[in-house]
Amino acid sequence: MPDFQLIAAQLLNGVALGSILALVALGLTIIFGLLGFVNFAHGALFTIGAYAGWLTYTKTGSFVAGIGAALVSCFIVGIVIERILIRLYYHRPKEDQILVTFGLSIVLVEIMRAIFTGKSQLLSTPSWGSGVVNLAGIFYPQYRLEVIAIVGVTLVVIYFLIYKTRIGLVVRAGIDDALIVNILGIDVKRTFLLVFALGAALAGLSGIIDGPLLAVNPDMGTDVLIQSFVVIVIGGVGSFGGAVLGGLIAGEIISIATVFVPDYAQVLLYVAMAAVLILRPQGLLGVEGRA
Amino acid sequence: MSLNRQSFLASSLGAAGALATGGIGLPLAAEAQATIGNFPAGAQGSSIFVGLCCPLTGSYSADGEDQRKGYELAIEDLNNNTGVMAKIPSLRGKKGLLGKHITYKVADTETNANTATQRANEFIAKNKAIMFAGGVSTAETIAMQGVGQQQKVLFMDGASGSNDTTGKDCQRYGFRSQCDAYMVAKAMAPILAGKLGKNRRAIMLVPNYSYGLTLASSMREFCQKEGWTVLPDVVAPFPSPGDFSSYLTNIANSNADTFINIEFGNDGIASTKQAAQFGILKKMQLVVPNISTYLADGVGADIMNGVYGTLEWYWRLQDHFPLSKDFIAAFDRKYSTRPRWTAHISYAQLAIWADAVTRTNSFNPVDIIKYLEAGHPIELMLGKVHYRAEDHQQVRPVPVVLGKPKSKMQAGDDFFDIVAIVPGESVMQPLDTTNCKLPGYT
Repeated sequence: MPDFQLIAAQLLNGVALGSILALVALGLTIIFGLLGFVNFAHGALFTIGAYAGWLTYTKTGSFVAGIGAALVSCFIVGIVIERILIRLYYHRPKEDQILVTFGLSIVLVEIMRAIFTGKSQLLSTPSWGSGVVNLAGIFYPQYRLEVIAIVGVTLVVIYFLIYKTRIGLVVRAGIDDALIVNILGIDVKRTFLLVFALGAALAGLSGIIDGPLLAVNPDMGTDVLIQSFVVIVIGGVGSFGGAVLGGLIAGEIISIATVFVPDYAQVLLYVAMAAVLILRPQGLLGVEGRA
Repeated sequence: MSLNRQSFLASSLGAAGALATGGIGLPLAAEAQATIGNFPAGAQGSSIFVGLCCPLTGSYSADGEDQRKGYELAIEDLNNNTGVMAKIPSLRGKKGLLGKHITYKVADTETNANTATQRANEFIAKNKAIMFAGGVSTAETIAMQGVGQQQKVLFMDGASGSNDTTGKDCQRYGFRSQCDAYMVAKAMAPILAGKLGKNRRAIMLVPNYSYGLTLASSMREFCQKEGWTVLPDVVAPFPSPGDFSSYLTNIANSNADTFINIEFGNDGIASTKQAAQFGILKKMQLVVPNISTYLADGVGADIMNGVYGTLEWYWRLQDHFPLSKDFIAAFDRKYSTRPRWTAHISYAQLAIWADAVTRTNSFNPVDIIKYLEAGHPIELMLGKVHYRAEDHQQVRPVPVVLGKPKSKMQAGDDFFDIVAIVPGESVMQPLDTTNCKLPGYT
């Protein structure tokens, strides 16, 4: 029988893992929730963020500068691809959106591979996160605890930015009737652009935050995309709170299952997703018919 | 001596030059009448085709890229009679293979057994491949061996460290040059016990597929023989989720003093980085039984310092085997960097195949298989190596290494000191325990 200490450690790990998953899913769910757009290039943007952060961190020695670089570079990439490609697909069927962003992600990943080769780059834990914390006998990485805090702050900032300013309102109105909103003197196009770039920047942020945990290479975003979808399907597609709840549920399922049935930890995650799809297709916090 | 006659015939082919090759090649091919796989159809023109299936994307893509480079250099060296190929006695002075130019294509297996199977079948059906090679993950290598057996086309294994490759999944049409898990464990365990002591408690992180499971079971067997206690394995899924924190939480909260990490490729990098964050590497001695040198690039010298493991091949072996030096020089000329282990496997496997083709004077896979099964040694980058008839495992040395401190590194890829080069003969798995039953030739 696994001892209490181990279960407590895994519960904590579930929260940390869940925070990471929530952060990764956040950009995807914002773009979907506000623009109704399915962005399969999310994983590629995650990778770009990790590389931009790694380059800057390596050059400057400052992980915080790396975070800044990841945010800025993905924000810019977001603007560019939105102007050139994405905006043409807002009113196209979801299948078209999936296909075009899937193709885009292949192009972006292969550009990364052409520049940096396929080998994994050395992205170490920042010095302020390299310790191990002793929480009542449970030894846990300091960095993962700090990640919980970083994710918490990010969630609050994004929540206020989107739901306590006019941005969210304008976007939702713009989706319903862009013409009327334009006549009211609001630039819908620019608001759409801003939301997409914000989602892209969040993908980049999760890339650099996740970088010290993963192997930094061009394919690192592939699994992330899948996990993000699992999280937002559980939590509710397009729902801000759903991304957080879905992330935490996924994190706890994986962590606790590892104690008892380690071979089935990942399988159980998909079982949970299937159960949600059967019992509550819109997801736990999703609104029916939203998408 | 038939060998002399063959090498005379082959060398006269080379001397006859490209113009004459078609004319002389045909009657030679017709000597062996039976049709088998793509023989003789794939060997009737003035060139032959070789299919190369490498994981250029996916978890093992860094190693796959080197694998591709190794193949391309090998084929270039065979076609031009340069590099190490020019130093192999049977090939010396001959361009191409039996006078035929070698053409090839590289396909991406995506580190996925199903994709590898598809690509291999396409090469065999569309390109009439006379031989194919590749694979870095055991899953893809075993799958392609199966294709070779089914289609009766010779497959020279890329990387694969599982016991199953030359065990329960062994094939008449596949030959594996990398050490199996048994060899790695048997070579390393006594050295570990000598350096770290006999009274240790080890715990293993294991990817849940053939490679991981067989390496873990061999490590358990030989570490226990040295008196170690080995705790229950922590098995993680494969393909992995990338985040190993829940598995490492189990390991961090165990009372082990030695952490044996079986995870490989990008999973090896991610799990080792995460283990360091958990403080596991401060509490426990890290052992990586089967190291890819890209692990060291990905986690850095500070983590690799003091880590014990084995390497399939490593550039420092040039101090022990002269052809390694030539191989490194040729590779550096083409790619301006030193080769890694998968490039070594590629090059060596193509050299062994080319040598066998030349010595048998035939592209017939049955002739080549029988020649390799006869156990003729060939001197390459690891000294003299040969294949064992009963399971097609190569008898070859096992280099055991120790990660060195950053301050002692003399180059960016100088991560390891060679602790021992264990002779292959001493660590081969007994044939009655391999579970290999080779299928027929035809």
